[in-house]
Amino acid sequence: MKFEQLDMDLLQAVADIKGIPSGAVNIRRNGEAVFRHSSPNIIIATNPENKGLIVEVKAGTKGETVHVPVILTDSGFHDRVYNTFKIAEDAEVTIIAGCGIHNDSHSDSSHNGIHEIIVGPRAHVKYLEKHYGEGRGEGKRILNPTTVVRVENGGSIEMEMLQIKGVDDTIRTTTAYVQEKGNLKVVERLLTHGRQKAESDIRVEIEGQGAAAQILSRSVAQDDSYQLFKAALVGKNECTGHVECDAILMDKARIKSIPQLEAEDANAVLTHEAAIGKIAGEQLIKLMSLGLSEQEAIDTILEGFLR
Amino acid sequence: MLKLENISLAVNGQNGANKEIIRGIDLEFHPNRLYAITGPNGGGKTSIAKIIMGIYKQSGGNIYLDGENINDLSVSERARKGIAYAFQQPPRFKGLTVSDLMQIARPGLDGMNLRTSLRDVGLCPEDYLDRDIGPGLSGGEIKRIEIAQLLARDAKISIFDEPEAGVDLWTIQKLIAIIMSKFRSKQGETAVIITHNENVLHIVDEIIMVEEGQIKDRGTPDEIWPLIRHEVECKMKEQCRGEMVYEI
Ligand SMILES: Nc1ncnc2c1ncn2[C@@H]1O[C@H](COP(=O)(O)OP(=O)(O)OP(=O)(O)O)[C@@H](O)[C@H]1O
Ligand SMILES: [Mg+2]
Repeated sequence: MKFEQLDMDLLQAVADIKGIPSGAVNIRRNGEAVFRHSSPNIIIATNPENKGLIVEVKAGTKGETVHVPVILTDSGFHDRVYNTFKIAEDAEVTIIAGCGIHNDSHSDSSHNGIHEIIVGPRAHVKYLEKHYGEGRGEGKRILNPTTVVRVENGGSIEMEMLQIKGVDDTIRTTTAYVQEKGNLKVVERLLTHGRQKAESDIRVEIEGQGAAAQILSRSVAQDDSYQLFKAALVGKNECTGHVECDAILMDKARIKSIPQLEAEDANAVLTHEAAIGKIAGEQLIKLMSLGLSEQEAIDTILEGFLR
Repeated sequence: MLKLENISLAVNGQNGANKEIIRGIDLEFHPNRLYAITGPNGGGKTSIAKIIMGIYKQSGGNIYLDGENINDLSVSERARKGIAYAFQQPPRFKGLTVSDLMQIARPGLDGMNLRTSLRDVGLCPEDYLDRDIGPGLSGGEIKRIEIAQLLARDAKISIFDEPEAGVDLWTIQKLIAIIMSKFRSKQGETAVIITHNENVLHIVDEIIMVEEGQIKDRGTPDEIWPLIRHEVECKMKEQCRGEMVYEI
């Protein structure tokens, strides 16, 4: 399979890869798998409906990484994919997903990824998903990921989702179920600008005894952009849960943040914290007093905040 | 040389009326000299520093740096011309580390000098370099990092706003000694230390006493110290209705 420079750039932006990485890989371009490679411990196969992947990580796998990036370069293309990740017991794996869209045309391009992740007993998963859009066209770059996560007894998953500029419209829906002594951490970082819209709707049901969940969101909204952040934690047992939403608002942007806690057990400890505000004037002044221009100071503060 | 000429500053008071917090100040700061600014709380020390840094814009008067009028220069421009200010209450940042901030203070600072700068202010580099300048640092730690930035900057004029505040008794002498020796060994630099610390007042070249937005006295420690003692005694008596409670 031959990749063009454009493909390589997108792959680098969403999955941090130069060339084809070693280990298990599936690269999807404009709706088709254009490169696939399984490893002895990680098997990638097409699902029976031929609409996506089944990735199986064998029990006891240690320290492996699987890359499953998606790129869209045909303008006006609407992609939809169903992927399932099954991580067997005691495995430790990093999943690098991510989607990059290049759109130079007038028509919209979109990718709807539906992921199901099953974290087996005592398995540990790191899941990274980066969104990226580019191109000069008027056509929108739209990404609507839906993720369902099941964390089984004693398993853990840390999900990091990143979207910095370039994506015009996004509705992200994440639902998670955490069993006994399971642990889930979701970290979202988002920057919107121009007339972009981003919506994130997370619901975590903490079902098992001794389970824990954490949802952290850091976001920056610039220009005329709009962000809606909904995070619901449901505590159904003796468990702990925390939602934190921290946002910087600039220009004429708008942010709506709705944390929601539902406790169905007297031993559930659920907390939330939300803060929306502009960049603190004293932070700007401090950095300017070290010689940065006002714009450099703003960039430095935002970069740190979203790191 | 930094020169303040008839500087005043009015702010909006509580009842909406203008309140003059700095009133017609004339000051000169010369290279190779160490200055202390002291005086009662609310006297106007921090305000003077902020006017020099360009954080507050004076309502009247002129500021000159090496003969050039810098009234219209922004904070960033003044920083690049060699004015540096260590905040009395430094702000905290989410996501910026000690190392990031030091690199901004002194672009190109190499690893070895970065470590030395932190050790100078009594912080173990390994423990602090990657720490966020966030809510996880204590007040004294933040102050030390603020001082380290200024020491690394090598500015023409360095103003420290109460560097001793929040720093523990065990290490304060050492910290003062470091600041002093840094400036004594550098050519052409000026240090201004806003302070309430007696030890600092004894070792500077000149003390400037600021009270009620004006310069009350200035001179060498030998000249000013007796005046300060007298003032303090008077204040005590005032506060205690004529009775001396503490022996000074
Ligand atoms: N931005 C401001 N707006 C209104 N009043 C101010 C402002 N800045 C300072 N002041 C007032 O001006 C006076 C001088 O304040 P300044 O901070 O300069 O005092 P200071 O000498 O540094 O005191 P301290 O020893 O407590 O640090 C105080 O009465 C203070 O309340
Ligand atoms: Mg002060």
